[in-house]
Formats: sequence, structure tokens, C-alpha cells
Amino acid sequence: MPYRLLKFGLRSKHPEGRMMRSLSRLRSDYDVVIIGGGGHGLAAAYYLARDHGIHNVAVLEKGYIGGGGTGRNTAIIRSNYLTNEGARFYHASTELFEGLSSELEFNLFYTRRGHFTLAHSPASMNTQRWRAEVNKTLGIDSEMVGPQFIKQQVPELDLRCGGHQAPIHGALFHPPGAIARHDAVAWAYARGADRQGVEIHQQTEVTGIEVRDDEVIGVHTDRGYIQTRKLLSAVAGWTPSITSMVGIRTPLVVHPLQAMVSEPLKPWLNPIIVSASMHVYVSQSTRGELVAGGSLDPYELTSMRSTLGFAESLSTDLLDLFPCLSQIKIMRQWAGLCDMTPDFSPIMGTTPIKGFYLDAGWGTWGFKATPISGKTMAATVAHDRPDPLIESFRLDRFRDFQLVGEKGAASVGH
Amino acid sequence: MKILTCPVNGPRPIQEFLFGGELRELPGTADVTDEEWADHVFHRQGQPGVKVEWWYHLSSGTWFLAERDTATDLVNRTYLYGQEGERG
Repeated sequence: MPYRLLKFGLRSKHPEGRMMRSLSRLRSDYDVVIIGGGGHGLAAAYYLARDHGIHNVAVLEKGYIGGGGTGRNTAIIRSNYLTNEGARFYHASTELFEGLSSELEFNLFYTRRGHFTLAHSPASMNTQRWRAEVNKTLGIDSEMVGPQFIKQQVPELDLRCGGHQAPIHGALFHPPGAIARHDAVAWAYARGADRQGVEIHQQTEVTGIEVRDDEVIGVHTDRGYIQTRKLLSAVAGWTPSITSMVGIRTPLVVHPLQAMVSEPLKPWLNPIIVSASMHVYVSQSTRGELVAGGSLDPYELTSMRSTLGFAESLSTDLLDLFPCLSQIKIMRQWAGLCDMTPDFSPIMGTTPIKGFYLDAGWGTWGFKATPISGKTMAATVAHDRPDPLIESFRLDRFRDFQLVGEKGAASVGH
Repeated sequence: MKILTCPVNGPRPIQEFLFGGELRELPGTADVTDEEWADHVFHRQGQPGVKVEWWYHLSSGTWFLAERDTATDLVNRTYLYGQEGERG
């Protein structure tokens, strides 16, 4: 094997092509310009080309693709949400994820693990039961399980939580809960879009947006001006900076969300474990690392710094759930930006500026929505009207008070 | 450890404080339209920059204002409401 590898490495012409073309020049106009080369922006580009025949598309990314929220989340995919609007939307996303590896010819390491949301009180049991019933009516596989079932599935879990937290009464069990390799999702969509003629420009920052008579006519970048009639903003935590360029006000407030991984271990934890009241979620990646996250940082900040306080409090909570981890080392820690909405639902669709489309408000729930948001935003941009699946996520709901209170989101206490 | 200076109690660890969001002026409630009211209730200045924010010192029950850069997390000054001119 090493000899073959060496031969492969030394060959001047690699049989495997690069992930995408490296383009040196920006064109002066595109049919659609997408700001943000994360999973959402790249998926939208892919579906614009595949479903709507719009190939003259540029994706502008100020850093590198998948370097923002896409590469910083804990890669959990689930659809056990509480509102009809949310559950339907995320369910459609899960269904797309199921077939995505073969469609994009890219191993996304998508694995169904089963997802437990632990309940530590009778009140929490009631909320989880409510979620289970909403899910069932929509054909989403969710059910309540008792402590015995949990213990049987995850024998390492301490149902008493070390006596430091309220004990576990039961859980909402969601068998389709899955994890995937998040970077691969961005790369796969990028390659898929690139193969259909979409141009992906990294290291290209948007510095201004040209609007005439409430209509988008172009976009300024640090590499020059581009004419376009359709502009999609898919930049999550940087959304307020983009919307301020066109004078649109939003309810978004940005908080960091931190996460960390342990050293790699032999596979022992199959399902994804979430404690809603302790604000902890943990799963074991395909590489063996435990990937764990907690709650949002307690105050507004547009910075991806890490704090010692977070590592300490998350470790304490993890040890209450899994005392067996006391000798395990934390390998690294990081933060991502969450653009939080007051009702924990995204903001998607058209805006008061014609030709300016918004895919934002992704808070702590963006990764799992990647395929469906790409697909629905592509339809929205192509037809210049919101896709039916995302109508209730419109920006206007903050003008006529039609909020979509999503209490099934990761950052909401139960 | 991150330290924030309470205008009454001096420098204290950040864990003793609660974030209260940006300072916003209440529109005149008598003649406000629905749209203006919705704008006040929901919309915020989300982009990073220097902002004036409400903070609460839990241990002493003190509400005060902090001028903080939400891109760098550096606090320029803190002061009690209505006492902007004084040192904090």
C-alpha cells in the first residue's frame, strides 16, 4: 500500500479531480449571486442549477467554504420539533439527508443513531409527550420511553445524574436522529454545484449592495462590482451586517455557541443523548471523538472565542450523565455564531427589497436544515415568491405578530 | 476570568452579572402605530459594534448601563442610568 500511495502522490497528473475549479476572475454579471459559501448557500446554488436550470450563479465566500456555522455545529440531524411548521420542514430535510450521499456521490458519513431527549421532571415529561404526539400526527417517528429502556440502550448513563441534578424520569426517543460529517456536506454541495457551472469564489467579501427603487441591481465586493438582479444572503451570524447594507431591520441577535470534542475512543455511545434541562448534548462521531455542546453564551457577541468557564461547566454536566468519562481528555474547543430569532424559527424568503432574499435566523438549528433550506430557497429565488414549505418563516411575521414559537429548538429549556 | 465593573460595587466576576440587551427608547405609547410598536418589540441592532446595553448585578440588584464593543467584547465604561457624565 505505501508504495502505491507514493506512486499516486508523485504522479504529476492526479486521476482524481479537485473538489471544484479554482477561478481567478469574477465576471461582471450573474443571474443569481449568493453571499455565503456555507452549507445553505452552496445547497441553494446546487438546487438552483439542478431543479431550475439557473447555472449562471456565483457563490461569494469571504473565508473558505464551510468555515462558519457549517463546520462548527455538532452535526445532529433530527425532526422531532414541536410546531407543525417546524416539524414538517425538518422532516423534509431528514428525508433529503437520507439519500444525499448517493445523490452527491460523496460519503457524508450519515448515520442513523437514534436521539434521546432526557426529561428530568414531570413537567419536562409532559413537554416531551406533547412533542411525541405532534410528531406522530405528522408521520415522524417519535415516542416516549421509560428509564428501563434508556438504561438498556445506554447502560453507561447514570439515571440519577450523580445526585447533583434531578434524576431522569424518561425520554423522548426519536429513532431517525442521525449525525453526519458536516464539512463533507459543504464540500459535496460545492462540488455538485461546480459541476453544473456554478462559480464558487472564496476569499471574496461583499462590501456593499446596490439598490435602485427598492430593487437589487448589483453587489460590491473586495474584488470588484458585480451586476445581478437576484441576491441571496445565506450568512447566518453575519446576517445583520448584510441586511444593514440594504436598510432592512431584523430581530436577529448574535450569540456564540461553544462546543468541544474529546480524544477519540473506541465506539461505545451509539445514540445521541440530549438533556434539555441540563443543556447538554453529546454523541460519538464516526472517528470516535465525543462531540458535546451546551447552551448559548449568555450575552450578545459576534466573536468566535472560547471560554474556560464553558469547558468547565459542560464537563461537569457530562460527568453527571456519564461518570465513566472522568479520565477522558478534551481535545479541542471552539465557538460558532448563532443568529437568534425571538421565536426560535428561521427567517426565510422574500424581503421588502425586490431581488433580495434572506436565509437567516439559523440560531442553533441550521445544520440539520441544510438540504431543505437550499431546496426551498432555490425555489424562492427562481420563482420570486416563497416556497409553500417556508411561508410561515417570512420576515414579515415580526410586523404582524404571526410568530412561530418553536419550543423544540436546542436552546430552549423544557 | 472575565471582569465587569459594576458602577456601585466595583470590578466583579462576569458570573455575577446578567445581560439585559441593548438600551432602547420606548416609543410614545399614546400615538404609536402597530408597525412602530412591532419594530420596537422585535427589531434590534444585530451587527457588531459599540453598543450601550443594560446589565444587572445579581448579588446587589443593581441595573446599570455598559458601553461595550460586541465584536471584541471590550467594555469602554459602565454607569448608572442618567449618570452618563460620571466616571464608572
